[in-house]
Amino acid sequence: MYTGIGASAGIGIGSVIIVKEPSLAYDNTTISDVVAEKERYNKALEECVAKTQAMAEDMKTRVGEKEAEILEGHVLLLTDPEMSSQIETNIDNKMCAEAAVEQVCDMYAQMFASIDDEMFQQRATDVGDIKTRLLKVLLQVEDLDLATVPEGTVLVAEDLTPSMTASINPANVVGFLTEIGGKTSHSAILARALEIPAVLSIDGIVSKLENGQLVILDGSTGEVYESPDEALLNEYTAKRAAYLEEKAALQAFVGKPSATADGNVVELCANIGKPEDALKVVECDGEGVGLFRTEFLFMDRPQVPTEDEQFEAYKKVVETLEGKPVIIRTLDIGGDKEIPYLGLEKEDNPFLGFRAIRLCLQRDDLYRPQLKALLRASAYGELKIMVPMISFVDEFRAVKALLAEIMAELDAEGTPYNKDIKVGIMVETPAASLMADVFAKEVDFFSIGTNDLTQYTMAVDRGNPDVAYLYSTYNPAVLRSIERVIKAAKAEGTMVGMCGEAAADPLLTPLLLSFGLDEFSVSATSILATRKVISLWTMEEANAVAEKAMSMTTEAEVQAYLKSVAK
Amino acid sequence: MVSQKITVNNSQGLHMRPAGVFAKGVAKYESDVTINFNGKAINAKSLLNIIGACIKCGAEIEIECNGPDEEEALKGAVELIESGLGE
Repeated sequence: MYTGIGASAGIGIGSVIIVKEPSLAYDNTTISDVVAEKERYNKALEECVAKTQAMAEDMKTRVGEKEAEILEGHVLLLTDPEMSSQIETNIDNKMCAEAAVEQVCDMYAQMFASIDDEMFQQRATDVGDIKTRLLKVLLQVEDLDLATVPEGTVLVAEDLTPSMTASINPANVVGFLTEIGGKTSHSAILARALEIPAVLSIDGIVSKLENGQLVILDGSTGEVYESPDEALLNEYTAKRAAYLEEKAALQAFVGKPSATADGNVVELCANIGKPEDALKVVECDGEGVGLFRTEFLFMDRPQVPTEDEQFEAYKKVVETLEGKPVIIRTLDIGGDKEIPYLGLEKEDNPFLGFRAIRLCLQRDDLYRPQLKALLRASAYGELKIMVPMISFVDEFRAVKALLAEIMAELDAEGTPYNKDIKVGIMVETPAASLMADVFAKEVDFFSIGTNDLTQYTMAVDRGNPDVAYLYSTYNPAVLRSIERVIKAAKAEGTMVGMCGEAAADPLLTPLLLSFGLDEFSVSATSILATRKVISLWTMEEANAVAEKAMSMTTEAEVQAYLKSVAK
Repeated sequence: MVSQKITVNNSQGLHMRPAGVFAKGVAKYESDVTINFNGKAINAKSLLNIIGACIKCGAEIEIECNGPDEEEALKGAVELIESGLGE
C-alpha cells in the first residue's frame, strides 16, 4: 500500500496508465542568425498562446470558469513583457531559443519555489508548465493526448499539468495518482471539479507502478493499493458503491429545510475562516454563517488591519450571504497564537491567560476599530457580533458599553449601522456555563464552543498525548454542561447555537435536538450530511436517547450507547 | 513622470489573479508603469514581476507612470487597485 494526500474524495478502481512527458532534449548550440532565431521563438510563442487560449476555452465549456482561469493565467505568463524581453536578450547573446526559454523559465520557477508558500510553489509549477509547452512547440514534439485513454483508467504522473488535464475525458478516467501537489494544487482543484478521485504527493509512484496494473485508490484517506486480491477488490467495490449512493442521497437534501422527521425545524449554518469561504457556504446550501473567525485578518501581516480593511472583509461576507444571518466572532488571539506586531509576552499557561476578550478589553486600539468595522458592516445584512472566551458578566457589559460609545460616534458621523444588532457570547468556559441562566437574560444569543468547553471542563491539555484520553465531548460532565446551557437559554427564549466540532457529530445529534439546540454550525462540507442526520430522527426518539444517555456515568458507556443507536 | 502612493487592500494581496487583472489593465497604456515597493522598481505590465514581489494585503506601494499618456495611466492604475482587482 502507498499513502499520499487524499485530494479529491471518492474511490477509484482501474488500470494504470503512466503518463510520461516525451523527451524535450535539444542540442544546446550557439546560434549565428539572431534575427532568424528570434523569429523562430516568436512564432513558437504565438502558437503556444493560441493553443493555450483554445485549451482555456475548451476547459471553460467542459469544466468551468474557475478552472479555465489557470490556463488564462498561463496566457498572461506567456505574453509577459519581462519574460519575453529576457528570452530575447538571451537570444541576442547567441543562445538557441530552447536554451533561452529554459534559462528564463527556470529562473522564475526557482524564484517562486524558494518562497515558502503553497501559492508560490504553484506559480513555479505554472512556469514549468509553460516552459514545457514552449519547448514542445520549438522542438515540434506532439502533445500527449489523454482524451483517448480507455474507460476505467487511473492516470499516474509525476504531476498533472493543466495542459494534460485539459484533454482528460472524465468518463474514462477513474482516478489520478501523482508524485507532487497538495490539496490546493491545480491537479487537486481540477480533480475535484471533474469529481475524479485523486491521491497526490506519493513518493516515486511513477516508477513503482506499471502500465495496465490494477490499482485501488481512496481519495478521502489517501490510500493506494496495487494489484489488489479479490477480497480487497470486493471491499472497495462495495465502498465505491456506498460512496456514490451517499453522495447522490446528500444531493437530495439541497434546498430542503433542516428538520427532524416529525418536522421540528432547526437552523443549519457554517463555520468559516476567510471572507472567500462565504461563497462555499452558499454553494453548500448553508442557512447562514454560525461562526466567522476573524483571526486570519490579523495574521501573516506586519501590522493591525485598518478599520476600513476589516469593514470590507465583513461586508463582503454579509453581502455574499444575502440577508442570511452571519455571526462574526471578535478577535480570539493571544497566548498560543503568535502575532508578532502585538508584542505579547509568552505565557506559561496560554490557554488560561491573556487571550481573546481578556486581551481585547485592554487593547482599545485593537478592539475599537474591529467593533466599529462590524457595526458599519451591519448596515449591509444580518450581522451579529459574538464575543469569545467570556468568563463573567462584567466582560460582556464592558463590550456593550464600548459598542454604545461607538454607536454614538457613528450617529454623530451619520454612518449607517443596524441599531438592533444582536450581540451574543461564545460559551466555552465552565464559568460561563455555570452562569448560563444569568447570561441568558443579558445576551442576545449563545454559541457553544465545544472544543474549548471540553478542554476547560475536563481540565485537559488536548495536545498532550498522556492525557488526551480525557478530551472527549462524550464525557457526562461535558454533556451536562451543554444541556445546562441550552436549557438555560430556552428558559429565557435566548437563541442558542453550537459551533464546535460536536455540532457535526452524528452521534450527538439526537442529544442536541432533544436539549433544544436552535442552530447547528458546521464546516460547509458537512452541511448536507448534518441535515440528513437531523432528518432521520423524530423528537420522541431523540428525547428517549437523550434521557438514557444522560443517565449514564462514564464516557465509554455514553459513547458505546450513542454508537449503538446511531442512524 | 507622475506618481501616487496607495495601499493594497484586497485580501490576497497582489497574487496571481489580482496581479493578472492589474498587469492586463495597465498593459493598454503606452506609458511605462512602475510599482515602487520595498526599494525595488517593478514593471507593472509584467505579471511575473508583480507576483515575484510578494506584495501582500495592507502593503503601501507607489505607482509611477512615465510616457505620453501618463496621467491617464496613473488614474487607471489607482482605480484598479482601489476596485479590489476583481476580488
